[in-house]
Amino acid sequence: MLKDFDTIREQNMITLKELKEKGTKVVGFYCTYGPQELAVAAGAVCVGLCGTKEDPIPAAEKDLPRNLCPLIKSSYGFAVSDTCPFFHFSDLIIGETTCDGKKKMFELMAKIKPTHVMQLPQFPKEEASLALMYEEMKRVKAEMEKHLGVTITDEAIGEAIAILNEERRTMKEFFDLNQAKPALITGMDLLKISWQLGFHANRRERTVLLRRLIDELKAKAAEGYHVGNESTPRILLTGTPTGLGSEKVIRLVEECGGLVVSIENCTGYKTLNQYIDETDTRDKLLLLAERYLKIPCSVMSPNTDRLELLERMINEFQVDGVIDLTWQACHTYNIESATVGEMVKEKLGKPFLHLETDYSQSDVETLRVRINAFLEMIQE
Amino acid sequence: MTVYVGVDIGSLTTKVVLVNKEGQQLGRATARTGYSGKDVAQRLTEELLEERSLTAGDVGATVATGYGRVTFPADREVSEITCQAKGVAHLFPQVATVIDIGGQDSKVIRVLPGGKVIDFAMNDKCAAGTGRFLEVMAGALEVDLDQVGPLAIKANKVCAISSFCTVFAESEVISHVSRGTPKEEILAGICDAVASRVANMTERTGLELPVVFTGGVAKNQGVAAALSRHLGTELMIPADPQVTAALGAALCAAGL
Repeated sequence: MLKDFDTIREQNMITLKELKEKGTKVVGFYCTYGPQELAVAAGAVCVGLCGTKEDPIPAAEKDLPRNLCPLIKSSYGFAVSDTCPFFHFSDLIIGETTCDGKKKMFELMAKIKPTHVMQLPQFPKEEASLALMYEEMKRVKAEMEKHLGVTITDEAIGEAIAILNEERRTMKEFFDLNQAKPALITGMDLLKISWQLGFHANRRERTVLLRRLIDELKAKAAEGYHVGNESTPRILLTGTPTGLGSEKVIRLVEECGGLVVSIENCTGYKTLNQYIDETDTRDKLLLLAERYLKIPCSVMSPNTDRLELLERMINEFQVDGVIDLTWQACHTYNIESATVGEMVKEKLGKPFLHLETDYSQSDVETLRVRINAFLEMIQE
Repeated sequence: MTVYVGVDIGSLTTKVVLVNKEGQQLGRATARTGYSGKDVAQRLTEELLEERSLTAGDVGATVATGYGRVTFPADREVSEITCQAKGVAHLFPQVATVIDIGGQDSKVIRVLPGGKVIDFAMNDKCAAGTGRFLEVMAGALEVDLDQVGPLAIKANKVCAISSFCTVFAESEVISHVSRGTPKEEILAGICDAVASRVANMTERTGLELPVVFTGGVAKNQGVAAALSRHLGTELMIPADPQVTAALGAALCAAGL
């Protein structure tokens, strides 16, 4: 049943090529702050381009410093070496000023492809931030209309909002299946499915596939199916984004006998709980601005909503320990780890492990020792 | 007689400890890990058994720990953090913090009475603050490793080694040599660099007293003195600080 998801990325390379030949436009996104609703409303296909593999990093290091987060290097490396078909097919790139590294990297990327960079506010609760976000939504919309040669109507945005709301609700429902103890889905499968679906060209089909999987899992669960058992340590993964190619920590946890029952990062649960009220009649771009400003990413200051989300997830998913995975040189997540660790250990009394690493395999054994000891600490 | 074996295959040294079912130490042995820690561990185990006129048939269970643990055919593998805590708590039941400096790792482990681990921190993937760092620096100064401590504590003054990176620190040491800084002062500086790096790690876990210092580097009085100074407390050091994780593994094997 999970096999259907193994090849989505590969299949959609072909689909995307065919769509391109028929004149369909493709918009590449690097981050969850990119308002995909606008691209959907423009009739374009959205592709996630965030680099999760080590292969193109040497190519990136010709232009970028070595001491930069692997996610930025991987993303740029794919672009500059033209080894990612999804980047290749993209007509327009949407970037954001999330962190300094990305902000400056997009300046270099703009030499390769038309790249529009959104200026993100940094204080999410300030009124001026909403005003800026609203202006940025207008700029993205204008830029898409120019590059894609279309007019984006309010009606189309409304429809796109409904589609993405449904997609996020369904994904949340999928993740929430793991609130069951014992769990129903391994962390590796959570990662694989959410990552693979992000490459699906047909937006409605994504939800259909996921719905079918949820129903099948529920039916199997009713017959007693589960993964792990009552005493398997239940780990919540938080921190920087993960994808196939950068899954080593999830893999190690599960090789060492634990289970990643949920993933809080932006490729997981972080963005699944912010819906737009479809009956709200205010300006659609304002609705988008409000929604996107709610994403609890470490680039925001202070980022208290992440702590609330983590606390809720720790309770709802019956978590035994939290692993905060941060990529090397990701200042915002690395610094915020101290705040997260304090909350998890002091306030909630749960074991907490911060791991800082990159996409390479060179430290797998040292990570294994830490993860092994962490799981033993939980089980003892 | 049934005995239980704990094998700790570290990056530089392999340690084996035998205990009886009450957890009493019957024997211990150490040797350079070299290329095949597994073979070394097997040889040490056989020798220890032979000396006591025992055979493999007398072994109740074996637990392996350390970097080479996966290569060794043990009944179970347990991480060196859990083993270290268990071994130390067996020797010092009152221990609250274990500081272990081995060949390629340094660790701070916070434990509850009885040896349950409640938090830990380890060094990054880098040799700073490890035994390997000391070995390289001793080599640069042409001093035997076991002379580093005795010479360091004779120094009148501690020479500052500011580089964390082993490669850069080695160049720094060489520049001190060419300036004519006394060997003792440079060695004291090297010991201090290791100690301060590891003492900083206690910021992440908190430092509860008493502190027990283990690992091969705990045999070095220079590092022990510097660490005690940085932490502002006396350190307890086991008679053989290198084998505590192997002891913990043997205790795990005995189900203790």
